[in-house]
Amino acid sequence: MSKTPAQQACACRDFDRSAFLRAGAAAAGRGLPETLPGMPTPAGTGLSRRGFVLASAGLALTVYGAQGLLRSSEAFADGIAAAATVTSQPVLVSVYLQGGIDSMSVLYPAADPLYSQFRTDLALAPGAGPAFTEDPSLTWNPLAAPLAQLHGEGKVSVMPTVGYTDPNQSHFTSRHYWEVGATAADLNTGWMGRYLDLTGSADNPLQGLCLDYSLQPSLASAKMPVATISSPSSYSFYAPGVWGTQQSLMYDAFDALGRAGANSRDGGLIASGQAALMSSTLRRQLLPFQPAANAATTTALPTGYPTTSDSFPTRMAAIPAMLAGGLPLSCVSVSTDSVFDTHEAQATPFDTSLAEVAQTLYAFQRDLEARGLDNRVLTVVWSEFGRRPLQNASAGTDHGAAGLAFVIGTHAAGTMIGEWMGLASGLDALGNLKETADFRSLYCSLLEQWLGHDAAPIIPGAASLPRVTVVK
Amino acid sequence: MLATAPRRIYARRSAPTHGGSLPTYRGRFATEQAERLLWRAGFGPKAGQAKELAKLGMSAAVHSLTRPAQRGLAGPAPVLETGKPLQPYDVWGHDVLWWLDRMVRTQAPLVERMTLTWHDWFATSNEGVNSQRLMINQNRTMRRLALAGFPELFEAITIDPAMLLWLSLSGSTKADPNENYAREMQELFTLGAGNGYTEMDVREHARALSGWTNSWNQATGEPDDFHFDPTLHDDGIKVIYHHRGNFGWRDSLRLVLAHPDHPKFFVTKLWSYFSPEPLPASDTRAAAAMYVSSGKQIRPLVEAMLMHPLLYGGASLVKPPIVQIAGMLRGIDRYIDTDAWVWESGLVGQTPFYPPNVGGWDATQWLNTATWLGRFNLTSQMIIPKQVLDPGKTKPLADARTLTEHAIAYWGSPTLSKQTVAALRSYAQSAGFDAASAQWESQQYPVIALNALRALVVASPDYQAC
Repeated sequence: MSKTPAQQACACRDFDRSAFLRAGAAAAGRGLPETLPGMPTPAGTGLSRRGFVLASAGLALTVYGAQGLLRSSEAFADGIAAAATVTSQPVLVSVYLQGGIDSMSVLYPAADPLYSQFRTDLALAPGAGPAFTEDPSLTWNPLAAPLAQLHGEGKVSVMPTVGYTDPNQSHFTSRHYWEVGATAADLNTGWMGRYLDLTGSADNPLQGLCLDYSLQPSLASAKMPVATISSPSSYSFYAPGVWGTQQSLMYDAFDALGRAGANSRDGGLIASGQAALMSSTLRRQLLPFQPAANAATTTALPTGYPTTSDSFPTRMAAIPAMLAGGLPLSCVSVSTDSVFDTHEAQATPFDTSLAEVAQTLYAFQRDLEARGLDNRVLTVVWSEFGRRPLQNASAGTDHGAAGLAFVIGTHAAGTMIGEWMGLASGLDALGNLKETADFRSLYCSLLEQWLGHDAAPIIPGAASLPRVTVVK
Repeated sequence: MLATAPRRIYARRSAPTHGGSLPTYRGRFATEQAERLLWRAGFGPKAGQAKELAKLGMSAAVHSLTRPAQRGLAGPAPVLETGKPLQPYDVWGHDVLWWLDRMVRTQAPLVERMTLTWHDWFATSNEGVNSQRLMINQNRTMRRLALAGFPELFEAITIDPAMLLWLSLSGSTKADPNENYAREMQELFTLGAGNGYTEMDVREHARALSGWTNSWNQATGEPDDFHFDPTLHDDGIKVIYHHRGNFGWRDSLRLVLAHPDHPKFFVTKLWSYFSPEPLPASDTRAAAAMYVSSGKQIRPLVEAMLMHPLLYGGASLVKPPIVQIAGMLRGIDRYIDTDAWVWESGLVGQTPFYPPNVGGWDATQWLNTATWLGRFNLTSQMIIPKQVLDPGKTKPLADARTLTEHAIAYWGSPTLSKQTVAALRSYAQSAGFDAASAQWESQQYPVIALNALRALVVASPDYQAC
């Protein structure tokens, strides 16, 4: 089992995610073949298909020709057809940097006299990385150079100290606030989930897509379906010894069973039935992504995505591929494999993880540009908190308050949101960074300026939150 | 699931014996109620087991779980495809199989289920510990103390080597007290997030808990020799919850367990493992009083919870994924004979020894489109190839009703609702019989349909929750 360096050095294990799961998925790919001798071709056979390899995602795809789709009675036709008519629909991608990233190791205050005092083991040398052009007191970590490059092109808005008043230092609580878009412990829908509840459709789980094994809470909706998949090409239901007519009818029966549960009065059965129905719809939506029988099974990621055993680059690469394939995505969430909860021996694991994130985000932007999709996609990169400026005795950093966020995209405003106050005046009573911008302001602004929806019914207290410029 | 709602489920409280008491279920206790009990307090019934348990009546049935006569394993020991026994300390994934085998073969299912509960409660991941041996040792401690006193369990886990590594208590010194364990023990183990403690309490507990350390075995490269070193301990005065003193690690645990908010947190969290329904406020108070007056004993509280009317009358509980896997194996009387369960457990969202974080698994997230796919596809691993019916070689079955009965019986005859059985029969009729026109079709379609029906039985919402 491989672990990212950040996981190896992580002392607080809150946000270790299991590489085991990923290993499991890889093994499952071998254990549950997409097609077996005697298995039928998928429902929809007979439609004109154009098979092509979506090299960008490492996914072999077969997309059904639109004409065939429109003649088909398959339900997934609706989703694809709808997508074809709204190709200008904006897409918001949320990238979660797990564990609370140390913002002062991404953009560091080289000349601040307190910096070298606070970071006896971790301080980076002045001039080691590219200058941060908007504020000369900050310097990019050299491994964040790909982000500096995009920033230079006006495609990155940096929030050096984003947070909220009365910061909470629990991973769970602070992440929860960010996920639900409010400092409310009892809110149980995500901020993007509530947007989808207001704008989404009842038959398109892909409108809220989480590329993971479990749903990210920011996509949790109350009414509209959302999807969780590890990869779009592996969504295949298989029962041994079943094919042909009996298989097609089995999928119908699967729906009927789901409906029986969803229509019951028992909460457990309702949850179970709804999951079945959502999965069934998603199966139909992703049918075109099932590898064709003769397709190449492995393809390299497109140029620029880092080669690693982590899922993060592959999952990011799947997004442009799915958009290019016409799938109706609206809000997408992805987490890094790397855990930035660096309580001990921070430097090396942090560098490796930062490099992977920066290279992936850079490649993702270039991938979108190459496909002409960059006008449709805006990415917000966040973490639950920053870390304490004063390092600990284990050459690591403990949980802090305000931290780092980025908004990235061709339409990102490209200008700093909030400010860097410096270490002499920018710390609170507990020695943590004070926030100069509120994450809820960021959300309100993304909703209004990018998704074109009033923030008031989505973000509690939106009326009293200042807006920031996130889009140009 | 319960096919019929039991009538008259509430009854008068029994005479208080422990400073508080919970109401007792007085409704029908038949096969389906026993089945639910076995899924909630164990890993599901083996074929016929629920019917046998029901004969005891509810009270004796619960006692048979809380006070098991036997604790050993029954049935064949694991043998993998390689023909070799498990090497749980050394081979990747064999730790998972080692425990899954216990879930499948245990004669004390509640003890095993509580071990899983404590693993979720004190969630420790080998992702951070990096030693299957230490993880399994921790697991043994949880099993040994599964129904003992919570203070005893909490103390044992606090200084358990895997936990000492996982939450950074090993190496937390006077010079550099690590807040990790101090924070999580309050937030997740004893009080609840932000419930009755401050950031200063976190820092002061960290000082009180300082002094644990370990060395490394030069031969194996594994961590070794975990111990408390007084020279690394901060022996200054601390203030915790407004108490002042020269507190050490035992004081730290004592203070947090004596915190007035602990009993309510404890009983609420414990109940949540058995039922999706919230415990009524008056019952929560009674359970908390019972917990305190018993000296914080686990067994009597679990016993009372398993007899609570809501356990039988309330909504179904979505089965935790690893419980589902173990239960399916029990239902078909299969034992550990493949390592496929290691990665299958990941696909359904619960790999033992690898919880996602120190908060354990999020039971509200058991079902999503990814884990549902995993749950559906479990069937293809559960049914070994030679049991997949070959339509060329299988005698066709008479009618839709028979097909459906065979499919349900395959899994040990779980109770299914009328609606589910109707949907299964409808499928059996249309796919097995109505779709067939040619002679070969009328011979083969019922057999292919029976293969599909087996998958559909366990893909039904009824089978996902109990």
